[in-house]
Amino acid sequence: MKELKLMKGNEALAEAAIRAGCDAYFGYPITPQSEVLEYLSREANNRTGMTVLQAESEIASINMVYGAAGTGKKVMTSSSSPGISLMQEGISYIACAELPCLLVNVNRGGPGLGTIQPAQGDYFQSVKGGGHGDYRLIVLAPSTVQEMADFVGLSFELAFKYRNPVLILTDGALGQMMEKVELKPQMSREFKELEWATTGRKNGNGRVITSLHLKPDEMEVLNHHLQKKYREIEKNEIRYQAINCEDADYIIVAYGLVARICQKSADLAREKGIKVGVFRPITLFPFPYQQLKEVASNKKGILDVEMNSGQMIEDVRLALEGSVPVRFHGRMGGIVPSPEEILDKLEEKFIGGAV
Amino acid sequence: MSEKKMLDDQHYEEMIQEESICINDNIVYEAPKSALYDTPMHYCPGCGHGVVHRLLAEVIEEMGILNDVIGVAPVGCSVLAYNYLNIDMSEAAHGRASAVATGIKRVLPEKLVFSYQGDGDLAAIGTGETIHTCNRGENILIIFINNGIYGMTGGQMAPTTLPDMKSTTSPFGRDVITMGAPLKMTDLVAQLPGTYYVTRQSVHKPTNVRKMKKAIQKSFEYQKQNKGTCFIEVVSNCPSNWKMTPVESNKWLEDNMLPYYPLGDLKTPDGK
Repeated sequence: MKELKLMKGNEALAEAAIRAGCDAYFGYPITPQSEVLEYLSREANNRTGMTVLQAESEIASINMVYGAAGTGKKVMTSSSSPGISLMQEGISYIACAELPCLLVNVNRGGPGLGTIQPAQGDYFQSVKGGGHGDYRLIVLAPSTVQEMADFVGLSFELAFKYRNPVLILTDGALGQMMEKVELKPQMSREFKELEWATTGRKNGNGRVITSLHLKPDEMEVLNHHLQKKYREIEKNEIRYQAINCEDADYIIVAYGLVARICQKSADLAREKGIKVGVFRPITLFPFPYQQLKEVASNKKGILDVEMNSGQMIEDVRLALEGSVPVRFHGRMGGIVPSPEEILDKLEEKFIGGAV
Repeated sequence: MSEKKMLDDQHYEEMIQEESICINDNIVYEAPKSALYDTPMHYCPGCGHGVVHRLLAEVIEEMGILNDVIGVAPVGCSVLAYNYLNIDMSEAAHGRASAVATGIKRVLPEKLVFSYQGDGDLAAIGTGETIHTCNRGENILIIFINNGIYGMTGGQMAPTTLPDMKSTTSPFGRDVITMGAPLKMTDLVAQLPGTYYVTRQSVHKPTNVRKMKKAIQKSFEYQKQNKGTCFIEVVSNCPSNWKMTPVESNKWLEDNMLPYYPLGDLKTPDGK
């Protein structure tokens, strides 16, 4: 029988982590994601023996993740924008040392201390590197509370498949809002020894988790290896949703919460006789360039909508290579655009106004 | 020429005769073979790191914990500790070794975990992690090598640099009015309820080397009993950046470092 619950996004994510057999969570309170740490502190250890530790800072959290992930256990942390910024050094080390783990960013408005309201201003940081050096995270963008829960198990699967950190990039609204969610059954925390993991020496030779390779030729070999892995991820792991795009004249491209709002805009448009579809990238890295190009070919126009000043639009333009007109509408600072507002902008930019 | 050669040959003969005392029955010490790789270390002549590495390896072998111990290397001169210690190790970001060690220990509580850190790493950039790790009483061993200077980056002032001591970033001597006084991290962590055994040692003389070895042994024993954080400061030297010979540096350590950082236990299980 289906197990349905009414839950906040942050709590659904935390519950899913327990059920996915997560071994450890290290985190630090920050609005609007503290419910993850609170929920796990309350629920996790007594149910599955999962380690939950409130660290002294996000810097300590991510380095605890580094240490624990190096043993091959299922490890995660979560935070919101300023806290994720603090973690960037550690994330770069984790990516270079190829440690599987789950990171969650419940994006809030920035820059700086910003606001505690939902935003998408961390797109660049999430998909273009964030920390120093050439590395990529696998980035998943849920748009429902259900996906907040579902992407936890998927993230661990991808993290271990590629030995790469996976980021769930969500926002303050999805973290805080309550929706019906179907929960997966509890998985065991059975531990499988991994060849590379530091769990105490085996077979006479010490294993090392490191991101230090002082010889430049060795460091270049490692970089080539990482790039090869990222190309493999691009080949295998693209996820997206194309909603009512076949007959559409116009496509709205949006991710996460905004993609849901845009579906309402598309419905309103169709009521007015304007054929609008929605293209939603689910993986932001790898980005569905080719898929978007195919969906958008022969359309009259593309409206990219984000809760930032226009970040994903760079990837949208890269995908379309000038083949279709692309316009942008964005809100910043924690303001969520309404369905009517988005439709107005679409009409203004493509139909009523000058293109 | 031929006379010189004859002398050399004679000398060589004598040397061979002298070497004949090197027989198994006479061996009083051998380098640890399992926990230490048989490879030259990159440390400068006279540096204390090599001695502490060797002691760690000895203790790990003697206690039979080769497969149970996981170490965390820092950023600093000992960043490549894993090239010498043949055990599972993780290389941490600057200052974060105790957080990394916390992560490892929390998911593998039955393993013996230690971090190995210098004074810049542990007492400057990693102060927060150090204090909170000790305050939580993580069941790990923290080895803190204090030589009063940033060695790897070339002799900059450390939080532990002595008053009036010259470094590349305190070229006129450390002015405590504008640069602060040397930070006594070991005294600080001894105040925290989470620490179980806190001691300050050195390895500049054979007696001290033996005491340091005992401190490592005790710390791993306490960790097996889940007693809390064990913290060993090693007052050490840096001949290269102090611009001294190894012998001079050990003399300077004794005359200058030890009065400020006196050796001995700061916290022991029996409260002494």
